[in-house]
Amino acid sequence: MKEVKAIVVTGFGINCEEEMAAAYKLAGAKAEVVHLNDIFAGNVNIQEYDILNFPGGFSFGDDLGSGKVLANKMKYRKLKNGYTFLDEINKFVAAGKYILGVCNGFQFLVKMGLLPNINGNIEQEVTLTRNNSAKFEDRWVYLKVNSNSKTPFLKGIETIFMPVRHGEGKLIVKNQELKTAIQQENLNCLTYCTQQGEITSQYPANPNGSDMDCAALTDKTGQILGMMPHPEAYLSLYNNPNWPALKRKDPQISEDGEGLQIFKNIVEKIRGNYGNN
Amino acid sequence: MKNQIEIVLKNGIRDVEAEKIAAEAKNFLDIDTGVMKTGKIYNVTYQLTEAEIAEFAQKGLCDSIIHDVYINKLFSDSKFKSFILVAKLPGVTDDEGISAQKTLNDILGKEIDTNTQHIYTDAIYYIENQLSQEQLQLIAEKLLGNKLIHHLEYGEFTGSIDYVPEVRIDSSEQVKQIDIDLEDEELLQLSQNMLLSLNLEEMQAVKAHYLDSETKKLRQQVGLPLQPTDCELEVIAQTWSEHCKHKEFAATINYVNHETGEKEEIDSLFKTYIKRSTEIIQKRLQKAGNNWLLKVFNDNAGVVKIDDDSVFVWKVETHNSPSAIDPYGGAITGILGNNRDPLGTGIGGGKLLFNTNVLCFGPPDYDKPLLAGQLHPKRIFAGVRHGIEDGGNKSGIPTVNGSIVFDERYSGKPLVYCGTGGVMPAKFAGVNSWEKNISAGDLIIMAGGRVGKDGIHGATFSSAEIDENSPQSAVQIGSPITQKLLSDFLHEAARKGLIKCSTDNGAGGLSSSVGELATISGGADINLEKVPLKYANLKPWEIFISESQERMTLVVQPQKLAELQQLAASREVELSNIGVFTDHGYLNVKYENETIAYLNMEFLHDGVPKKYMPAEWHQPQLSEPKLEKDLDYNQILTQLMGSLNICSREQVIRQYDHEVKGKTVIKPLMGDDGKAPQDAAVMRLNFDSYQGLAISNGIIPRYGDIDAYQMSAGAFDEAIRQIIAVGGKLPDLNDKNSRFWTVNDNFCVPDSFYDPQKNPDGKLKLAKLVQMNKALFDMAIFYNIPMTSGKDSMKNDFKAGDVKISIPPTILYSMVAKLPDVRKTITSDFKQAGDLIFQIGKTYNELGGSEFYQLFDELGQNVPQVRMQNAKKVYEKMMQANDEHLLESAHDISDGGLAVALTESAFTKGMGIDISIPANSDLSETAWLFAESHSRFVISVKPENKRKLELLFQTDCCYLGKVTSDGKIKIANNNKKLIDLPVSQLKQAWDEGLNR
Repeated sequence: MKEVKAIVVTGFGINCEEEMAAAYKLAGAKAEVVHLNDIFAGNVNIQEYDILNFPGGFSFGDDLGSGKVLANKMKYRKLKNGYTFLDEINKFVAAGKYILGVCNGFQFLVKMGLLPNINGNIEQEVTLTRNNSAKFEDRWVYLKVNSNSKTPFLKGIETIFMPVRHGEGKLIVKNQELKTAIQQENLNCLTYCTQQGEITSQYPANPNGSDMDCAALTDKTGQILGMMPHPEAYLSLYNNPNWPALKRKDPQISEDGEGLQIFKNIVEKIRGNYGNN
Repeated sequence: MKNQIEIVLKNGIRDVEAEKIAAEAKNFLDIDTGVMKTGKIYNVTYQLTEAEIAEFAQKGLCDSIIHDVYINKLFSDSKFKSFILVAKLPGVTDDEGISAQKTLNDILGKEIDTNTQHIYTDAIYYIENQLSQEQLQLIAEKLLGNKLIHHLEYGEFTGSIDYVPEVRIDSSEQVKQIDIDLEDEELLQLSQNMLLSLNLEEMQAVKAHYLDSETKKLRQQVGLPLQPTDCELEVIAQTWSEHCKHKEFAATINYVNHETGEKEEIDSLFKTYIKRSTEIIQKRLQKAGNNWLLKVFNDNAGVVKIDDDSVFVWKVETHNSPSAIDPYGGAITGILGNNRDPLGTGIGGGKLLFNTNVLCFGPPDYDKPLLAGQLHPKRIFAGVRHGIEDGGNKSGIPTVNGSIVFDERYSGKPLVYCGTGGVMPAKFAGVNSWEKNISAGDLIIMAGGRVGKDGIHGATFSSAEIDENSPQSAVQIGSPITQKLLSDFLHEAARKGLIKCSTDNGAGGLSSSVGELATISGGADINLEKVPLKYANLKPWEIFISESQERMTLVVQPQKLAELQQLAASREVELSNIGVFTDHGYLNVKYENETIAYLNMEFLHDGVPKKYMPAEWHQPQLSEPKLEKDLDYNQILTQLMGSLNICSREQVIRQYDHEVKGKTVIKPLMGDDGKAPQDAAVMRLNFDSYQGLAISNGIIPRYGDIDAYQMSAGAFDEAIRQIIAVGGKLPDLNDKNSRFWTVNDNFCVPDSFYDPQKNPDGKLKLAKLVQMNKALFDMAIFYNIPMTSGKDSMKNDFKAGDVKISIPPTILYSMVAKLPDVRKTITSDFKQAGDLIFQIGKTYNELGGSEFYQLFDELGQNVPQVRMQNAKKVYEKMMQANDEHLLESAHDISDGGLAVALTESAFTKGMGIDISIPANSDLSETAWLFAESHSRFVISVKPENKRKLELLFQTDCCYLGKVTSDGKIKIANNNKKLIDLPVSQLKQAWDEGLNR
């Protein structure tokens, strides 16, 4: 069986690379943590991997707005081969490969214009900005999966429980037209909801006041997924803030966390693609 | 020539920052601002064309979805009648400016200097209402800025801002000689004028050294003047500061206990109690052939063995004085500085696993007039909290545990304890990671941030009382992003075997880091002109003692330098090769080939005269209060839940990332809706095993008003029982699996040096410190729980004129214990209705110092006593009960006693309790409900396990009643109803306690 290879980028204040790499290992893939400058220097070629991951953290301290400085670097700075990182990403996506951005990684993807990219021209269409609470918050939230979403990352999942840990997670869409398009194309793949699964704009179930109560976006192909909540922070049952009670209720409960499923899904999908080749 | 770019939110985009400030102005200052709007101004001093500026502004700074951009013309609207500008003072850290420089570099593809400041950022606030100058000043100084670090402008907006905080220093004489051959009074005057903080005996010792014929001969040989240089005096003062040398913990103390008549001479509190207790435990461990205690006291942090592959390293520090004058900067610098201790232990480059923070503040509703230079406790709280948030979150280190203590006596100087734990592989490239080896010929490499005037005299300043003339350069602001790059780099470099060892540049800067490392090799040659600067014209001595943050000193073998430099360049970390370690016995400092300091290492490190201090203990005259007979327990419990030392910390906890790294298993708040407060934090160490750590903090300063020994012993017990509560196991000398426990002790006390005028009760304060140390010793050797690192902070007094606010003597014990399997840990919240509730351990008539008495403004007399023999027996049974899977929940009983612990355990969805206490003539209802006797727990068990539990605990358990599903707290005494309240009502009081 061909090995599924995930690349997890780090550097400049990214700080969730370790658990992101662990997620892929637990999901059966090979994961490598690579400093962005090693890609710029030409020491590592992203095209050799199947999944490109932008983990959470505080790249450049969130200065100038979260993800902004990193997005500029990717758009304008040249790699050793003369292309920009964005050129490399376009090539990567065109080859049918997958990209995941979580939290700061999501913020960076939208500021690059890679998400939702309704118009296909990689111009910024939405932003992620200060929570309505004006605070950074670490809290667990319930999320409902858009059942019409194409993205293989979320296949088979209906609702999922994960932590958010951000101060700039409020999604703002440029205009109504784009909002409608996002909904029509089902790119809003995760929505904040109550414990009972009802979509809500009420704080704190919706922790930031996002447009459409949206917590995650994909592009039209479903190959690129960006999300504010942290699936890599729920790889194990023992990450759940209520694990002892859950274990009491069901002593045979799985020791996997719900977030792990997202990584398993994508690894399985890529394996399937290889199988089809 | 400068260009100015302003970014503001487009119309229709909600300005949450402006809304927050307007609400705070209303709530805290009673000022109606009307609508507010925020803007960010970038002052760009690079030479750029009009087109370049426009491109930079549009692509680099503006988020096109939400922002409007103004270039060389600021936003202005007649709707806004007033404005406030918050700019930084020259030399204050401006990370946003630096990030903007980096993005400018990326966008324009120009090779521009991004290491020094060329873009300066300001925040501007537009205010709808026409406010008076006084009102604007209040908002500017109390909500938005701090005059020590900010330049503030306010009034009616004219449409332009001219201020740019460029640093300009006139070059002047580089090195001065100082006449030290002076009379006593002049010596003291010299110490004061140069801010050396050295006392007369110390100044005399310096003078004697320079007048010594040997010193003179030697100085002539190397061509130095006979008088000391400014640099030499500064280095001696740094090295001999209380902060670095811990002179009071090393002092000889004459201790008299007037109660027992006992008299003794204590040769150093540190040696006698702290170090000796650890040595005793180390010997016991060695005897048992079980040596997990790898390194204690002689590096930046202690090191213990986790297993054959990894070691645990951790340190807890304080950053009190800086947090008193600039709470945000003080706290963030504290946490980042403390991170560098485990990071710079042994070879260095470990991975940091967690932060903990324990904070002591004045009450947020403090209503006394503020003294000159004193900030309101609420403001200190807000700033410190924010500093910890940025320091931890932006570094990707989870803040997993902490505590906040309120007492009016912390209103002058707050206490800000920052703790950090990390893990190193046992070996880096085949070498034991915790060892520090340096040989003559190894290079001195400075890594990380550049050097400016920041924090000059920081070490000496924190050793003196704060007053309204405290020097401005004492304030620093940490840069978490600079440090993150540095720590990632250091980890890679250590793994590749490129560094021999490393240390933090903290208090005393290079003088201290190189000075201390040089004791290993036996000397050092340093060339200060090689140190990269933030701005020109620093004096050489300033470069040497500057405390500019985010720097470390690396020890590198010459043959590895090229590879290290290559790695650093690719990680965008600046390195500079500033000298070489030697074995000639001197700290030899040069600036452009001129020797500016040549100090004998032995004199520098061992020449400080010993202090002598008197301590006398008199028992305070106290009594138990007489309270009215018929107390309304419903009301009392509600009040207690909302009291400052008990109420919810959720609003603080949620702003700290407590689970980045994905390893936090017991978080500060757990349960169905994340509301139930927990005791110790639990983390796993990696993703492929369930091995982990429990982390706790014990601190109970108010008991010290009755009995300092019991306060210290009680805090130690509290830290242990929190770990027992989550399922930890006491040390066992014979357990070969490195079941380590490690403690950081942190003493913070008021000035305890007796002076008949300035400090008349100094002897009593020192006696309390002695007793706190005796308790530490007794507890440590009883449990075999060693101190592996620690800290003392000796002058926690805030002075303004004749008024002094002194903290109560305070000790924090921070503990970490290894857990073999985190899946076997226990949380505090009840799990299922029908489960049975027990109290474990015994309650005594011990309401002295309790939160309950505090409600009546009473202190009482019967402070909780630590009964260590009994406690250990109870803890061992708790361990066994957990092994037998009997415990469904366990919560430590502390502040507020049994009633509060029971209520907190019910803070998970729908739970309630129905219990009865067996009060009688031996133990009153109030003592049962609210006494804070140590070594107790509230636990719950499945009904079928009742007998097993009772058999195991015998008289150490007391059946109380049942967990219910009706969401009510029902407590009776036999058949008499005492408390009957909905959990929701108690939870509301608890949730809202800090909102005052």
